[in-house]
Amino acid sequence: MKNNKKTTNIKFKDYVNYVLIGALLLYGLVLLLTGGLRLSTAQLLVQMGYSIILAVSLNLVVGFLGELSLGHAGFMCVGAYVGGFCAVFLKQAMPEMKLIILIISMLIGGIVAAVFGFIIGLPSLRLKGDYLAIVTLAFGEIVRNVFMNQQAFGGARGLTTGSIIYDTRRSPTLFIAVFVVVLIMIFVIQNLVKSKHGRAITAIRDNEIAAKAMGINVTFYKLFVFIIAAFFAGCAGVIYSHTTTPVLYSFFSYNKSIEILVMVVLGGMGNLTGSIIASVFIAYVNFILQNQLSGPLASLRMLVYAIILIVVVIFGNAPALKNFREKYSISAFFSRFKKKDAANRKDDEAKWHRVPTKIKMDAILSTDLNPNSDMSIHGDLGNNDGKGGDK
Amino acid sequence: MITLIDGLSLGSIYALIALGYTMVYGIAKMLNFAHGDVIMVGAYAIMVTLSCSLSPVVAIIVSVVLCTLLGMIIEKLAYRPLRGASPLAVLITAIGVSYFLQGLAQIIFGAESKPVGSSWKLPAIPALNKHGITTAALVTLICGIIIMVVLTLFIKCTKTGSAMLAVSEDRGAATLMGVNVNKIITITFAIGSALAAFAGMFYLLQIPNAEPMLGAMPGITAFTAAVIGGIGSIPGAMVGGILLGVVEKFCLASPLSSYTVAVKFSLLIIILLVKPTGLLGKVSREKV
Repeated sequence: MKNNKKTTNIKFKDYVNYVLIGALLLYGLVLLLTGGLRLSTAQLLVQMGYSIILAVSLNLVVGFLGELSLGHAGFMCVGAYVGGFCAVFLKQAMPEMKLIILIISMLIGGIVAAVFGFIIGLPSLRLKGDYLAIVTLAFGEIVRNVFMNQQAFGGARGLTTGSIIYDTRRSPTLFIAVFVVVLIMIFVIQNLVKSKHGRAITAIRDNEIAAKAMGINVTFYKLFVFIIAAFFAGCAGVIYSHTTTPVLYSFFSYNKSIEILVMVVLGGMGNLTGSIIASVFIAYVNFILQNQLSGPLASLRMLVYAIILIVVVIFGNAPALKNFREKYSISAFFSRFKKKDAANRKDDEAKWHRVPTKIKMDAILSTDLNPNSDMSIHGDLGNNDGKGGDK
Repeated sequence: MITLIDGLSLGSIYALIALGYTMVYGIAKMLNFAHGDVIMVGAYAIMVTLSCSLSPVVAIIVSVVLCTLLGMIIEKLAYRPLRGASPLAVLITAIGVSYFLQGLAQIIFGAESKPVGSSWKLPAIPALNKHGITTAALVTLICGIIIMVVLTLFIKCTKTGSAMLAVSEDRGAATLMGVNVNKIITITFAIGSALAAFAGMFYLLQIPNAEPMLGAMPGITAFTAAVIGGIGSIPGAMVGGILLGVVEKFCLASPLSSYTVAVKFSLLIIILLVKPTGLLGKVSREKV
């Protein structure tokens, strides 16, 4: 019986991401059909959409592969410039088919960004941790600097994309396309993470040498993750180029990368649902403060992001706060309802539960081996044992 | 020749900042991303003291003391709780601190850059200026070299210095030998931040404007310098800093000037790919 309960739980988890995106899409559609969708709301939906794409793809690198990338805005920059350029070019060839233009330019922008992802993935084979973080940061700055100097892409004035702005006051429909892309991405990444390949990726995160010893092709998976993440970030960039003119290199600065990182950290590294919620939240906050980009409120936003980063990370990782975390964290809160008998187990039985045969995907960074903190860390052996004891 | 001296003087600023990065990395095994923003705080401290019409000497003292305290506070509040946590968590917190300082500066002083004040200027030396060498460049270069020599002597000859070396070599063993590791880490942060204050001072001599993002670019560049030289290695930071300074100035003087940023960072990537531990870094094998 307990097993049944568990499977239904997991199933809900499987679909919660789609439900969230679907709800946003539905909200937009209902407004659109009733004629109440304002252009600004549609733009907000689009911003939320590409924020989700950016955050989830970065989460794949940071949360699942365990490498810090500070150049995610760089991939977005590549996508925005290349995709935007293509779209402007295509628009002259076939002015009426804007959906097809969007799709083609998104593919091209995404693929070019993926090529850059491959290039930036190469150093990741030799470097890791801090060194890799700085290489990705350097990459972001190089990309910006190079695009700034290309006259073909508008130089310092930015790439003019006025002709391909998708939304009009009459029919703000870009958000539909964006959310379809988001759904495809969630489908791809969620299934990737849950597959054999996803387990290989998390194994590399948890211990690269052990993963190598188990026969996992570390080279392949690292490059793979970087390419996928870059592809989707490039797509987000193309979407951005369809909403804003001019596409300006200064938008894709280091601060943008940090903003994406804030979404990932706030939502929980290695937690896709968290990334979605956090990026929707942050896109909303950005949208509200859009008109005060240089005012005091904008700096306040920066301060709040900083505090979120520091507090969330210290709360989630400080060794001294371990007991506090186990008592008050969200997963502990839920596990209190799930199985109360965990506390009644005898000592020697509980020790079986410390064997981490199955490591949960969203056990963030540090693997917590305490049975009270997170139920699904337990090995199969442990679960059977516990049930036997209860009966 | 002029470009070389300019490059050397810029390089010594980078070297001073890079020293802060590399010392902290060697001893606390973490990247202090907020280091660049300590420079910015130092620059604002000078600006504020000068605007109270105090003398530049007072401004220097205030800036150094403030930065030192700031470094210690950051270490205590943000980094100490995470000692023993995963490197990724520490790195993200450091980025958060950096962001925090920038945001705070924006709220207090506004986003636009502010002039430091006319008293923050060195007298011109006609004999040198005739050849196009500025006094600021010369003073920066000489002071930079003096500070580096003093720092090297401090680490080689004092007890605290050897304790720092011991902690960077093996923290556990150092603890067993009676070294107070927490104290040493705090001292390291204090020294690193004081160096950042000096760097901020020299930076203002060359560009006399203080702004919230002032520390970001020199910080990242100096960090690059530290990585190029081999992070954790003190001579490496000096070599890397001066190398980057010279490369930057020569780049700016060449037709490639608009690609300076790209050239600097490509240099980093190339060096890291050829020699992942940097020019003077130690090769350490990873054990299971």
